[in-house]
Amino acid sequence: MKPHSFEYLRPASIEETVACLARHSEDARIIAGGLSLVAMMNFRLVETKFLVDVANIKALNYIRVDADHIEVGAATTQAQLLAWPELASLSPLLAKGMPFIGHFQTRARGTVGGSIAHSDPSSELPLCLITLGGSVMLRSKAGSREVTAEDFQVGLMQTSRRPDEMVVAVRFPIRKKGAGYSFLEMAMRKGDLAICAVAAEVRDGSIRLGVGGVADKPAVREWKDLGDAALDEALNEFAWDLGGSDDVHATATFRRQLIRRLGRRAILEARECRN
Amino acid sequence: MSQLNNDGRSSVSFILNGNPVTGYAEPRMLLTDFLREEMGLTEIHVGCEHGVCGACTIRMDGLPARACLTFAIQAEGHRIDTVQSLAQPSGVLSDLQLAFRKHHALQCGYCTPGILMSSSAFLEINHDPSEEEVRDMLSGHLCRCTGYVGMVRAILEVARNRISA
Repeated sequence: MKPHSFEYLRPASIEETVACLARHSEDARIIAGGLSLVAMMNFRLVETKFLVDVANIKALNYIRVDADHIEVGAATTQAQLLAWPELASLSPLLAKGMPFIGHFQTRARGTVGGSIAHSDPSSELPLCLITLGGSVMLRSKAGSREVTAEDFQVGLMQTSRRPDEMVVAVRFPIRKKGAGYSFLEMAMRKGDLAICAVAAEVRDGSIRLGVGGVADKPAVREWKDLGDAALDEALNEFAWDLGGSDDVHATATFRRQLIRRLGRRAILEARECRN
Repeated sequence: MSQLNNDGRSSVSFILNGNPVTGYAEPRMLLTDFLREEMGLTEIHVGCEHGVCGACTIRMDGLPARACLTFAIQAEGHRIDTVQSLAQPSGVLSDLQLAFRKHHALQCGYCTPGILMSSSAFLEINHDPSEEEVRDMLSGHLCRCTGYVGMVRAILEVARNRISA
């Protein structure tokens, strides 16, 4: 229950961090809030030679509104984003989904970029990001690139980030005109990892539903606006496509049923919230 | 860029309960162990060591933090407050501590220092919380004695009293 030994590096800037990653590559792990990483290090599920602490880099801590998206610096805490006064009007989905992330105590240190980089299949932020069609900004010594959420997370805690790259920011698209949003989650207790979480975006003539906690990464499906019977059928098909597996928290059968029921409820709620 | 080797112990300095302190830690030393073993603060209770139970919760720069998910070296230059920061130096308990006593919000006391640190931070951010919001905040802690009812009453009473004061 104590971590393995490692060397600790505290770069002062993004430039120093990427230089450090270029040098140590796969031997280095970035830490920001440490809420997921240190727990895994305590269990010795993760061992690293170099721990690179970016929590105090000011250039990674900001919330900025651009033309069609909100850009959040990677080391911005979840609590900072949740307390941002514009959040509910510019991103109703994040305002509804983020209270499900851990607890008051963990959101105070847990970061937006950390959650995205960690890519737990039950996490709320990766689910919101992929449902909204957002993207991740990566930086290495060689340059910057933007990767869509769809391409970023490739599996269970696996992303397309190269070892010499760091997540510097996350871009969440601003609410679309006339769209309604909903986020629902089932967990053993509020704040526990989701057994199933759903995020819905409903616009005139289209429905987008993201599901987390069932497959090895969040999945999204888009349909034309569906009537009652067609909606149930579409959700059933989505549930069987994701499959899910049995674990100590829930059976695959229960998870598929949650997609059908929570998915339906989220879509109806999002429909009500359109304006 | 500062770099600390894995085998050597490096000096760590921060403000602990209002006083500057310096100690020595190797990078892998958790803040829980540092506060207990190097600083002698036995109110830091180590429960699950993976951030779930909340017993080790402290305040870092005013915000709640799990000391078991923080390395001691990460505290460098920051302000760390434990439950000792709540009472006055004379020993007079804070309104929150008195309310916990009045409403029987603790029994064995293992979870209490962490819950007091969360609650004190919470009440500074949310001056007039609803019962649901208090329960949501408390969901970040495990208490196996009380059933949380006394804590909810105590926190709501402190919020009411502070508003009317």
